[in-house]
Amino acid sequence: MSIAEVEPQTETSLKVIPDATCTFCGCVCDDIELTVEDQQIKQAKNACVLGKAWFFNHHIEDRPQALIKGQPATYEEGIARAVEILLNAKYPVTYGLSDTTCEAQRKAVAITDWIGGNIDTTTSVCHGPSGMAFQTVGETTCSLGEIKNRADFLIFWGGNPAESHPRHFTKYSLMPKGDFLPKGRKDRTAMLVDVRKTKSAKAVDIFLQIKPRSDFELLWAMRGLAKGIDVDPRVEEKTGIPLDKLDDIVKQMKQAHYGAILFGMGLTMTRGKHINSEGLLGLARDMNQHTRWVAKPMRGHGNVTGADNVVTWSTGYPFGVNLSRGYPRFNPGEYTTSDLLARGEADAAMIIASDPMSNFSQPAREHLAKINSIVLDPKLSDTAKVATVAFTTATYGINVPGTVYRMDDIPIPLRPAFESPYWSDLKILTAIEKGIREKQLAVN
Amino acid sequence: MNMPKTFILIPGRTSRQGTGLNEGKYSNDYLDEINTVLINPEDMQRLGLQDGDTVRMWTDYAEVQVTCKTDKGECPPGIVFISYGDKSSRLMQGETHGSGMPTSKGMDVQIEKVIAS
Repeated sequence: MSIAEVEPQTETSLKVIPDATCTFCGCVCDDIELTVEDQQIKQAKNACVLGKAWFFNHHIEDRPQALIKGQPATYEEGIARAVEILLNAKYPVTYGLSDTTCEAQRKAVAITDWIGGNIDTTTSVCHGPSGMAFQTVGETTCSLGEIKNRADFLIFWGGNPAESHPRHFTKYSLMPKGDFLPKGRKDRTAMLVDVRKTKSAKAVDIFLQIKPRSDFELLWAMRGLAKGIDVDPRVEEKTGIPLDKLDDIVKQMKQAHYGAILFGMGLTMTRGKHINSEGLLGLARDMNQHTRWVAKPMRGHGNVTGADNVVTWSTGYPFGVNLSRGYPRFNPGEYTTSDLLARGEADAAMIIASDPMSNFSQPAREHLAKINSIVLDPKLSDTAKVATVAFTTATYGINVPGTVYRMDDIPIPLRPAFESPYWSDLKILTAIEKGIREKQLAVN
Repeated sequence: MNMPKTFILIPGRTSRQGTGLNEGKYSNDYLDEINTVLINPEDMQRLGLQDGDTVRMWTDYAEVQVTCKTDKGECPPGIVFISYGDKSSRLMQGETHGSGMPTSKGMDVQIEKVIAS
Protein backbone atom coordinates (compact mmCIF):
# COMPACT_ATOMS: atom_id res chain seq x y z
CA MET A 1 0.00 0.00 0.00
CA SER A 2 1.55 3.31 -1.00
CA ILE A 3 1.24 6.50 0.99
CA ALA A 4 -0.29 8.39 -1.93
CA GLU A 5 -3.25 5.98 -1.88
CA VAL A 6 -3.77 6.57 1.83
CA GLU A 7 -3.50 10.31 2.21
CA PRO A 8 -4.20 12.30 -0.96
CA GLN A 9 -3.24 16.00 -0.93
CA THR A 10 -6.20 18.33 -1.30
CA GLU A 11 -5.17 21.84 -0.23
CA THR A 12 -2.70 24.31 -1.66
CA SER A 13 -0.69 26.22 0.94
CA LEU A 14 2.21 28.67 0.96
CA LYS A 15 4.30 29.27 4.04
CA VAL A 16 7.66 30.67 5.04
CA ILE A 17 9.89 28.92 7.57
CA PRO A 18 12.46 31.32 9.05
CA ASP A 19 15.69 30.04 10.61
CA ALA A 20 15.32 26.55 9.19
CA THR A 21 18.29 24.23 9.65
CA CYS A 22 20.12 22.58 6.79
CA THR A 23 21.32 19.09 7.69
CA PHE A 24 23.23 18.18 4.54
CA CYS A 25 26.77 18.84 5.78
CA GLY A 26 28.39 19.33 9.16
CA CYS A 27 28.07 23.14 8.99
CA VAL A 28 24.38 22.70 9.99
CA CYS A 29 23.53 26.27 8.92
CA ASP A 30 20.49 27.39 10.92
CA ASP A 31 19.73 30.65 9.12
CA ILE A 32 17.91 29.27 6.08
CA GLU A 33 14.59 30.84 5.07
CA LEU A 34 12.40 28.31 3.33
CA THR A 35 9.38 29.03 1.15
CA VAL A 36 7.13 26.00 1.02
CA GLU A 37 4.24 25.41 -1.36
CA ASP A 38 2.20 22.23 -1.67
CA GLN A 39 4.68 20.13 0.28
CA GLN A 40 7.54 21.28 -1.92
CA ILE A 41 10.30 23.69 -0.95
CA LYS A 42 10.39 26.38 -3.62
CA GLN A 43 13.06 28.68 -2.18
CA ALA A 44 15.90 28.22 0.29
CA LYS A 45 17.33 31.67 0.99
CA ASN A 46 20.91 31.71 2.37
CA ALA A 47 21.48 28.05 1.46
CA CYS A 48 24.62 27.11 -0.49
CA VAL A 49 24.60 25.01 -3.65
CA LEU A 50 24.59 21.80 -1.59
CA GLY A 51 21.91 23.12 0.78
CA LYS A 52 19.65 24.10 -2.11
CA ALA A 53 20.07 20.62 -3.63
CA TRP A 54 19.22 19.13 -0.21
CA PHE A 55 16.03 21.17 0.27
CA PHE A 56 14.77 21.02 -3.32
CA ASN A 57 15.16 17.26 -3.79
CA HIS A 58 13.55 15.90 -0.65
CA HIS A 59 9.89 15.89 -1.54
CA ILE A 60 7.33 13.22 -0.82
CA GLU A 61 7.88 10.25 -3.09
CA ASP A 62 5.22 7.64 -3.72
CA ARG A 63 6.87 4.61 -2.19
CA PRO A 64 5.55 1.81 0.01
CA GLN A 65 5.77 2.26 3.78
CA ALA A 66 8.04 -0.75 3.88
CA LEU A 67 9.36 -3.54 1.71
CA ILE A 68 9.82 -7.05 3.07
CA LYS A 69 12.08 -9.00 0.72
CA GLY A 70 11.11 -6.56 -2.01
CA GLN A 71 7.35 -6.88 -1.48
CA PRO A 72 5.29 -3.85 -0.29
CA ALA A 73 4.24 -4.03 3.36
CA THR A 74 2.86 -1.82 6.10
CA TYR A 75 4.93 -0.30 8.87
CA GLU A 76 3.38 -2.74 11.36
CA GLU A 77 4.37 -5.75 9.25
CA GLY A 78 7.88 -4.38 8.75
CA ILE A 79 8.31 -3.72 12.46
CA ALA A 80 7.17 -7.24 13.39
CA ARG A 81 9.72 -8.73 10.94
CA ALA A 82 12.48 -6.39 12.19
CA VAL A 83 11.83 -7.43 15.81
CA GLU A 84 12.04 -11.08 14.82
CA ILE A 85 15.34 -10.55 12.95
CA LEU A 86 16.99 -8.64 15.79
CA LEU A 87 15.88 -11.06 18.51
CA ASN A 88 17.04 -14.12 16.56
CA ALA A 89 20.45 -12.73 15.65
CA LYS A 90 23.59 -13.88 17.47
CA TYR A 91 25.75 -10.91 16.45
CA PRO A 92 23.57 -8.01 15.25
CA VAL A 93 25.16 -4.70 14.29
CA THR A 94 23.48 -1.29 14.28
CA TYR A 95 25.12 1.12 11.84
CA GLY A 96 24.71 4.51 10.18
CA LEU A 97 22.98 7.20 12.25
CA SER A 98 24.75 10.28 10.87
CA ASP A 99 21.67 11.47 8.95
CA THR A 100 19.05 11.26 11.64
CA THR A 101 18.14 13.12 14.82
CA CYS A 102 19.83 12.68 18.20
CA GLU A 103 16.51 11.43 19.52
CA ALA A 104 16.53 8.57 16.98
CA GLN A 105 20.23 7.89 17.62
CA ARG A 106 19.48 7.51 21.31
CA LYS A 107 16.74 5.00 20.55
CA ALA A 108 19.09 3.01 18.29
CA VAL A 109 21.60 2.74 21.13
CA ALA A 110 18.84 1.53 23.46
CA ILE A 111 17.70 -1.18 21.03
CA THR A 112 21.29 -2.35 20.56
CA ASP A 113 21.74 -2.50 24.32
CA TRP A 114 18.55 -4.56 24.81
CA ILE A 115 19.65 -7.13 22.22
CA GLY A 116 23.33 -7.18 23.24
CA GLY A 117 24.50 -6.06 19.82
CA ASN A 118 27.18 -3.89 18.33
CA ILE A 119 26.67 -0.18 17.65
CA ASP A 120 28.72 1.78 15.17
CA THR A 121 28.20 4.94 13.15
CA THR A 122 29.50 6.34 9.88
CA THR A 123 32.11 8.08 12.00
CA SER A 124 34.13 4.88 11.80
CA VAL A 125 34.66 5.51 8.06
CA CYS A 126 34.91 9.30 8.44
CA HIS A 127 36.72 10.89 11.39
CA GLY A 128 36.82 7.69 13.47
CA PRO A 129 40.62 7.78 13.40
CA SER A 130 40.45 11.34 14.80
CA GLY A 131 38.20 10.02 17.58
CA MET A 132 40.93 7.50 18.39
CA ALA A 133 43.52 10.29 18.36
CA PHE A 134 41.42 12.41 20.77
CA GLN A 135 41.71 9.58 23.28
CA THR A 136 45.49 9.52 22.85
CA VAL A 137 46.49 13.19 22.81
CA GLY A 138 43.30 15.09 23.66
CA GLU A 139 41.54 17.80 21.69
CA THR A 140 42.34 21.50 21.92
CA THR A 141 38.86 22.52 20.98
CA CYS A 142 36.64 25.54 20.34
CA SER A 143 33.32 26.51 18.81
CA LEU A 144 32.97 27.87 15.28
CA GLY A 145 31.88 31.14 16.93
CA GLU A 146 35.33 31.46 18.51
CA ILE A 147 36.94 30.86 15.13
CA LYS A 148 34.73 33.48 13.55
CA ASN A 149 35.46 36.08 16.23
CA ARG A 150 39.09 35.33 17.07
CA ALA A 151 41.03 33.18 14.59
CA ASP A 152 43.58 35.32 12.74
CA PHE A 153 45.52 32.28 11.41
CA LEU A 154 43.60 29.45 9.77
CA ILE A 155 45.06 26.21 8.49
CA PHE A 156 42.86 23.91 6.40
CA TRP A 157 44.53 20.51 6.20
CA GLY A 158 43.46 17.61 3.96
CA GLY A 159 40.06 19.07 3.14
CA ASN A 160 38.36 21.07 0.40
CA PRO A 161 35.74 23.23 2.12
CA ALA A 162 35.04 25.19 -1.07
CA GLU A 163 33.31 22.06 -2.39
CA SER A 164 32.46 19.98 0.67
CA HIS A 165 31.35 22.74 3.11
CA PRO A 166 30.64 25.74 0.87
CA ARG A 167 29.51 28.15 3.62
CA HIS A 168 32.32 27.34 6.03
CA PHE A 169 34.57 30.04 4.53
CA THR A 170 31.86 32.70 4.42
CA LYS A 171 29.89 32.00 7.60
CA TYR A 172 32.34 30.56 10.11
CA SER A 173 36.01 30.85 9.27
CA LEU A 174 37.70 32.79 6.48
CA MET A 175 35.52 35.72 5.47
CA PRO A 176 33.30 36.93 8.33
CA LYS A 177 34.09 39.99 10.42
CA GLY A 178 34.49 39.03 14.05
CA ASP A 179 34.60 40.78 17.43
CA PHE A 180 38.42 40.86 17.32
CA LEU A 181 38.76 40.82 13.54
CA PRO A 182 36.83 43.89 12.36
CA LYS A 183 38.20 43.69 8.81
CA GLY A 184 37.22 40.05 8.36
CA ARG A 185 39.28 38.36 5.64
CA LYS A 186 41.94 41.10 5.69
CA ASP A 187 42.64 40.38 9.36
CA ARG A 188 43.26 36.69 8.75
CA THR A 189 46.08 34.62 7.29
CA ALA A 190 44.93 31.36 5.73
CA MET A 191 46.87 28.31 4.62
CA LEU A 192 45.84 25.12 2.85
CA VAL A 193 47.75 21.84 3.01
CA ASP A 194 46.73 19.30 0.39
CA VAL A 195 47.98 16.89 -2.22
CA ARG A 196 45.79 18.49 -4.90
CA LYS A 197 45.50 22.17 -5.76
CA THR A 198 41.76 22.18 -5.12
CA LYS A 199 39.27 25.03 -5.50
CA SER A 200 39.97 25.91 -1.85
CA ALA A 201 43.56 26.84 -2.81
CA LYS A 202 42.28 30.00 -4.53
CA ALA A 203 40.85 31.26 -1.24
CA VAL A 204 44.02 31.07 0.89
CA ASP A 205 47.28 33.03 1.20
CA ILE A 206 49.63 30.05 1.49
CA PHE A 207 49.21 26.75 -0.31
CA LEU A 208 51.43 23.82 0.64
CA GLN A 209 51.12 21.13 -2.01
CA ILE A 210 52.55 18.13 -0.22
CA LYS A 211 53.48 14.78 -1.67
CA PRO A 212 50.88 12.04 -1.09
CA ARG A 213 51.12 10.08 2.15
CA SER A 214 53.50 12.54 3.81
CA ASP A 215 51.13 14.36 6.22
CA PHE A 216 52.56 12.61 9.25
CA GLU A 217 56.16 13.54 8.39
CA LEU A 218 55.21 17.17 7.69
CA LEU A 219 53.27 17.45 10.94
CA TRP A 220 56.12 15.95 12.94
CA ALA A 221 58.60 18.31 11.28
CA MET A 222 56.38 21.28 12.22
CA ARG A 223 56.15 20.02 15.81
CA GLY A 224 59.95 19.81 15.90
CA LEU A 225 60.38 23.31 14.50
CA ALA A 226 57.81 24.68 16.95
CA LYS A 227 59.83 23.23 19.81
CA GLY A 228 63.15 24.47 18.39
CA ILE A 229 64.41 20.96 17.60
CA ASP A 230 66.63 20.35 14.55
CA VAL A 231 64.61 18.54 11.89
CA ASP A 232 66.06 15.86 9.60
CA PRO A 233 66.47 17.60 6.21
CA ARG A 234 65.28 14.46 4.41
CA VAL A 235 61.77 15.58 5.33
CA GLU A 236 62.03 17.99 2.36
CA GLU A 237 62.32 15.11 -0.08
CA LYS A 238 59.56 13.14 1.63
CA THR A 239 57.03 15.98 1.81
CA GLY A 240 58.09 18.21 -1.09
CA ILE A 241 58.14 21.26 1.20
CA PRO A 242 61.47 23.13 1.76
CA LEU A 243 62.49 23.28 5.41
CA ASP A 244 63.16 27.04 5.38
CA LYS A 245 59.61 27.62 4.09
CA LEU A 246 58.25 25.38 6.82
CA ASP A 247 60.30 27.18 9.45
CA ASP A 248 58.93 30.51 8.24
CA ILE A 249 55.35 29.20 8.47
CA VAL A 250 55.87 27.94 12.02
CA LYS A 251 57.27 31.36 12.98
CA GLN A 252 54.14 33.02 11.55
CA MET A 253 51.99 30.54 13.47
CA LYS A 254 53.71 31.55 16.72
CA GLN A 255 52.95 35.19 16.02
CA ALA A 256 49.20 34.60 15.61
CA HIS A 257 46.82 35.71 18.35
CA TYR A 258 44.52 32.76 17.80
CA GLY A 259 45.18 29.93 15.37
CA ALA A 260 42.83 27.19 14.22
CA ILE A 261 43.59 24.02 12.27
CA LEU A 262 40.56 22.58 10.50
CA PHE A 263 41.29 19.14 9.16
CA GLY A 264 39.50 16.82 6.76
CA MET A 265 39.56 13.22 5.70
CA GLY A 266 42.75 13.71 3.72
CA LEU A 267 44.35 12.77 7.03
CA THR A 268 42.02 10.08 8.35
CA MET A 269 41.42 8.11 5.16
CA THR A 270 45.10 7.99 4.17
CA ARG A 271 47.70 5.52 5.37
CA GLY A 272 48.59 6.41 8.95
CA LYS A 273 44.98 7.40 9.75
CA HIS A 274 44.76 7.99 13.53
CA ILE A 275 48.50 8.60 13.72
CA ASN A 276 48.08 11.43 11.19
CA SER A 277 45.32 12.97 13.34
CA GLU A 278 47.48 12.51 16.43
CA GLY A 279 50.28 14.46 14.76
CA LEU A 280 47.94 17.31 13.91
CA LEU A 281 46.28 17.44 17.33
CA GLY A 282 49.74 17.27 18.90
CA LEU A 283 50.87 20.24 16.80
CA ALA A 284 47.86 22.31 17.95
CA ARG A 285 48.57 21.34 21.56
CA ASP A 286 52.28 22.17 21.25
CA MET A 287 51.54 25.59 19.76
CA ASN A 288 49.79 26.56 22.99
CA GLN A 289 53.24 26.96 24.53
CA HIS A 290 53.54 30.02 22.29
CA THR A 291 50.03 31.34 21.64
CA ARG A 292 46.44 30.04 21.45
CA TRP A 293 45.85 27.28 18.89
CA VAL A 294 42.91 24.93 18.44
CA ALA A 295 42.08 22.06 16.06
CA LYS A 296 38.69 20.84 14.84
CA PRO A 297 37.78 18.09 12.37
CA MET A 298 35.63 19.14 9.40
CA ARG A 299 32.70 16.79 9.81
CA GLY A 300 30.64 15.53 6.92
CA HIS A 301 27.04 14.36 7.23
CA GLY A 302 24.56 16.65 8.96
CA ASN A 303 24.43 14.93 12.34
CA VAL A 304 27.54 12.75 12.39
CA THR A 305 28.77 14.86 15.30
CA GLY A 306 25.49 14.15 17.09
CA ALA A 307 26.08 10.43 16.55
CA ASP A 308 29.47 10.73 18.27
CA ASN A 309 27.92 12.67 21.15
CA VAL A 310 24.91 10.41 21.66
CA VAL A 311 26.89 7.16 21.47
CA THR A 312 29.51 8.65 23.81
CA TRP A 313 27.09 9.86 26.45
CA SER A 314 25.20 6.57 26.21
CA THR A 315 28.10 4.11 26.24
CA GLY A 316 31.27 6.04 27.06
CA TYR A 317 32.74 5.58 23.57
CA PRO A 318 32.03 7.37 20.29
CA PHE A 319 31.71 4.49 17.75
CA GLY A 320 32.57 0.81 17.32
CA VAL A 321 30.97 -0.21 20.63
CA ASN A 322 30.08 -3.80 21.51
CA LEU A 323 27.34 -4.35 24.10
CA SER A 324 27.13 -8.15 23.99
CA ARG A 325 28.49 -8.67 27.50
CA GLY A 326 26.07 -6.23 29.06
CA TYR A 327 28.67 -3.48 29.32
CA PRO A 328 30.30 -1.41 26.59
CA ARG A 329 33.58 -2.39 24.95
CA PHE A 330 35.33 -0.17 22.41
CA ASN A 331 37.75 -1.56 19.87
CA PRO A 332 38.12 -0.03 16.39
CA GLY A 333 39.08 -2.73 13.91
CA GLU A 334 37.14 -5.33 15.90
CA TYR A 335 33.75 -3.70 16.55
CA THR A 336 33.65 -1.35 13.58
CA THR A 337 31.10 -2.28 10.94
CA SER A 338 33.37 -2.38 7.91
CA ASP A 339 35.51 -4.99 9.71
CA LEU A 340 32.57 -6.95 11.16
CA LEU A 341 31.09 -7.33 7.70
CA ALA A 342 34.32 -7.89 5.76
CA ARG A 343 35.27 -10.69 8.19
CA GLY A 344 31.81 -12.21 7.91
CA GLU A 345 31.06 -11.96 11.64
CA ALA A 346 27.78 -10.03 11.91
CA ASP A 347 24.68 -12.15 11.23
CA ALA A 348 22.16 -9.29 11.08
CA ALA A 349 22.31 -5.55 10.53
CA MET A 350 20.08 -2.58 11.25
CA ILE A 351 21.19 0.33 9.08
CA ILE A 352 19.79 3.78 9.71
CA ALA A 353 20.16 6.50 7.08
CA SER A 354 23.29 5.13 5.47
CA ASP A 355 24.27 3.24 2.33
CA PRO A 356 27.14 0.84 3.03
CA MET A 357 26.30 -1.20 -0.09
CA SER A 358 27.69 1.68 -2.14
CA ASN A 359 30.57 2.84 0.03
CA PHE A 360 32.01 -0.19 1.85
CA SER A 361 34.71 -2.50 0.55
CA GLN A 362 33.71 -5.38 -1.72
CA PRO A 363 34.03 -8.16 0.94
CA ALA A 364 31.93 -6.12 3.38
CA ARG A 365 29.22 -5.58 0.74
CA GLU A 366 29.16 -9.25 -0.20
CA HIS A 367 28.56 -10.28 3.41
CA LEU A 368 25.91 -7.61 4.03
CA ALA A 369 23.98 -8.86 0.99
CA LYS A 370 23.92 -12.38 2.50
CA ILE A 371 22.58 -11.59 5.99
CA ASN A 372 19.22 -10.33 7.24
CA SER A 373 19.15 -6.54 7.33
CA ILE A 374 16.76 -3.77 8.29
CA VAL A 375 17.17 -0.42 6.54
CA LEU A 376 15.61 2.96 7.37
CA ASP A 377 16.06 5.55 4.61
CA PRO A 378 13.95 8.28 2.96
CA LYS A 379 15.35 7.35 -0.47
CA LEU A 380 15.93 4.11 -2.30
CA SER A 381 19.54 2.96 -2.03
CA ASP A 382 21.65 -0.06 -2.95
CA THR A 383 21.50 -1.03 0.75
CA ALA A 384 17.70 -0.80 0.81
CA LYS A 385 17.57 -2.99 -2.32
CA VAL A 386 19.29 -5.92 -0.56
CA ALA A 387 17.50 -5.41 2.79
CA THR A 388 15.16 -7.97 4.29
CA VAL A 389 13.05 -5.08 5.61
CA ALA A 390 13.41 -1.60 4.07
CA PHE A 391 11.41 1.22 5.68
CA THR A 392 10.64 4.46 3.86
CA THR A 393 11.16 7.29 6.34
CA ALA A 394 10.48 11.01 6.63
CA THR A 395 13.52 13.28 6.16
CA TYR A 396 15.04 14.83 9.27
CA GLY A 397 15.11 18.61 9.26
CA ILE A 398 12.69 18.83 6.34
CA ASN A 399 9.81 16.74 7.76
CA VAL A 400 11.00 15.75 11.21
CA PRO A 401 11.84 17.94 14.23
CA GLY A 402 14.58 17.10 16.70
CA THR A 403 18.17 17.96 17.57
CA VAL A 404 21.38 17.80 15.57
CA TYR A 405 24.95 18.71 16.52
CA ARG A 406 26.99 21.06 14.37
CA MET A 407 30.58 19.99 13.62
CA ASP A 408 31.78 21.96 16.67
CA ASP A 409 29.56 19.94 19.05
CA ILE A 410 26.91 22.67 19.34
CA PRO A 411 23.35 21.22 19.51
CA ILE A 412 20.90 22.92 17.16
CA PRO A 413 17.11 22.42 16.92
CA LEU A 414 15.44 21.50 13.63
CA ARG A 415 12.51 23.49 12.23
CA PRO A 416 10.79 21.24 9.70
CA ALA A 417 9.21 22.65 6.55
CA PHE A 418 6.23 20.34 6.09
CA GLU A 419 4.81 17.11 7.41
CA SER A 420 5.45 13.79 5.74
CA PRO A 421 3.00 10.90 5.63
CA TYR A 422 5.99 8.63 6.28
CA TRP A 423 7.13 7.81 9.79
CA SER A 424 10.25 9.29 11.31
CA ASP A 425 13.25 7.11 12.23
CA LEU A 426 12.39 7.79 15.86
CA LYS A 427 8.82 6.52 15.51
CA ILE A 428 9.92 3.33 13.75
CA LEU A 429 12.76 2.68 16.20
CA THR A 430 10.45 3.32 19.17
CA ALA A 431 8.04 0.72 17.81
CA ILE A 432 10.87 -1.76 17.24
CA GLU A 433 12.14 -1.23 20.79
CA LYS A 434 8.62 -1.75 22.16
CA GLY A 435 8.26 -4.98 20.18
CA ILE A 436 11.61 -6.26 21.41
CA ARG A 437 10.88 -5.46 25.06
CA GLU A 438 7.45 -7.07 24.95
CA LYS A 439 8.93 -10.31 23.61
CA GLN A 440 11.87 -10.26 26.01
CA LEU A 441 9.62 -9.60 29.04
CA ALA A 442 7.18 -12.32 27.95
CA VAL A 443 10.02 -14.87 27.97
CA ASN A 444 11.41 -13.70 31.33
CA MET B 1 50.05 -0.34 -27.28
CA ASN B 2 50.24 1.76 -24.09
CA MET B 3 51.24 -0.25 -21.02
CA PRO B 4 49.31 0.28 -17.76
CA LYS B 5 50.82 2.83 -15.37
CA THR B 6 50.74 3.08 -11.59
CA PHE B 7 49.09 6.10 -9.99
CA ILE B 8 47.98 7.29 -6.58
CA LEU B 9 44.19 7.60 -6.47
CA ILE B 10 42.59 10.31 -4.31
CA PRO B 11 38.81 9.93 -3.99
CA GLY B 12 37.08 13.03 -2.61
CA ARG B 13 33.94 15.09 -2.46
CA THR B 14 32.94 17.61 -5.14
CA SER B 15 30.08 20.08 -5.46
CA ARG B 16 28.55 18.07 -8.29
CA GLN B 17 28.82 14.85 -6.32
CA GLY B 18 27.04 16.57 -3.41
CA THR B 19 24.23 18.04 -5.49
CA GLY B 20 23.86 14.80 -7.45
CA LEU B 21 23.62 12.85 -4.20
CA ASN B 22 20.56 14.90 -3.27
CA GLU B 23 18.98 14.39 -6.68
CA GLY B 24 19.37 10.67 -6.01
CA LYS B 25 22.07 8.04 -6.29
CA TYR B 26 20.54 6.89 -9.56
CA SER B 27 20.47 10.37 -11.13
CA ASN B 28 22.53 10.92 -14.28
CA ASP B 29 24.58 13.74 -12.74
CA TYR B 30 25.57 11.66 -9.72
CA LEU B 31 26.40 8.55 -11.73
CA ASP B 32 28.40 10.56 -14.27
CA GLU B 33 30.38 12.29 -11.50
CA ILE B 34 31.32 9.18 -9.52
CA ASN B 35 32.22 7.26 -12.68
CA THR B 36 34.75 9.77 -14.01
CA VAL B 37 38.44 9.75 -13.14
CA LEU B 38 40.41 12.98 -13.60
CA ILE B 39 43.95 12.52 -14.92
CA ASN B 40 46.77 15.05 -15.36
CA PRO B 41 47.27 16.10 -19.04
CA GLU B 42 50.82 14.65 -19.12
CA ASP B 43 49.56 11.30 -17.86
CA MET B 44 46.65 11.35 -20.33
CA GLN B 45 49.21 11.70 -23.11
CA ARG B 46 51.46 8.97 -21.71
CA LEU B 47 48.53 6.55 -21.57
CA GLY B 48 47.30 7.58 -25.03
CA LEU B 49 43.96 8.73 -23.63
CA GLN B 50 41.34 11.16 -24.87
CA ASP B 51 38.51 12.64 -22.80
CA GLY B 52 35.64 10.15 -22.66
CA ASP B 53 37.75 7.02 -23.12
CA THR B 54 36.92 4.10 -20.84
CA VAL B 55 39.78 2.96 -18.63
CA ARG B 56 40.30 -0.06 -16.42
CA MET B 57 41.52 0.96 -12.98
CA TRP B 58 42.58 -1.66 -10.46
CA THR B 59 44.18 -2.24 -7.07
CA ASP B 60 45.42 -5.48 -5.52
CA TYR B 61 41.84 -6.08 -4.34
CA ALA B 62 39.39 -5.07 -7.06
CA GLU B 63 38.97 -3.41 -10.41
CA VAL B 64 36.48 -1.00 -11.96
CA GLN B 65 35.90 0.56 -15.36
CA VAL B 66 35.36 4.33 -15.48
CA THR B 67 35.44 7.18 -17.96
CA CYS B 68 38.53 9.41 -17.98
CA LYS B 69 38.74 13.16 -18.30
CA THR B 70 41.64 15.62 -18.38
CA ASP B 71 42.18 17.25 -15.00
CA LYS B 72 42.23 21.05 -15.01
CA GLY B 73 45.19 21.91 -12.82
CA GLU B 74 44.31 20.16 -9.56
CA CYS B 75 46.20 16.86 -9.85
CA PRO B 76 49.97 16.79 -10.32
CA PRO B 77 51.38 14.04 -12.57
CA GLY B 78 51.09 10.63 -10.92
CA ILE B 79 47.95 11.51 -8.98
CA VAL B 80 44.42 10.85 -10.22
CA PHE B 81 41.14 11.96 -8.67
CA ILE B 82 37.65 10.45 -8.59
CA SER B 83 34.54 11.62 -6.78
CA TYR B 84 33.89 9.53 -3.71
CA GLY B 85 31.24 6.88 -4.39
CA ASP B 86 30.54 3.32 -5.43
CA LYS B 87 33.50 2.93 -7.82
CA SER B 88 36.16 4.41 -5.54
CA SER B 89 34.93 2.33 -2.59
CA ARG B 90 35.02 -0.90 -4.59
CA LEU B 91 38.79 -0.47 -4.92
CA MET B 92 39.36 -0.49 -1.14
CA GLN B 93 40.50 -3.57 0.73
CA GLY B 94 38.47 -4.90 3.68
CA GLU B 95 41.42 -4.63 6.09
CA THR B 96 41.40 -1.46 8.24
CA HIS B 97 44.63 -1.94 10.21
CA GLY B 98 42.82 -1.82 13.53
CA SER B 99 41.23 1.55 12.81
CA GLY B 100 37.78 0.70 11.41
CA MET B 101 38.65 2.81 8.37
CA PRO B 102 39.75 1.13 5.14
CA THR B 103 42.47 3.05 3.31
CA SER B 104 40.25 4.98 0.95
CA LYS B 105 42.51 7.88 -0.08
CA GLY B 106 46.00 7.54 -1.48
CA MET B 107 45.43 4.09 -2.96
CA ASP B 108 47.93 2.66 -5.47
CA VAL B 109 46.05 1.97 -8.69
CA GLN B 110 46.99 0.89 -12.18
CA ILE B 111 45.24 2.35 -15.19
CA GLU B 112 45.02 1.27 -18.82
CA LYS B 113 42.80 2.20 -21.74
CA VAL B 114 39.96 -0.19 -22.55
CA ILE B 115 37.69 1.54 -25.05
CA ALA B 116 38.22 4.72 -27.06
CA SER B 117 35.40 7.27 -26.89
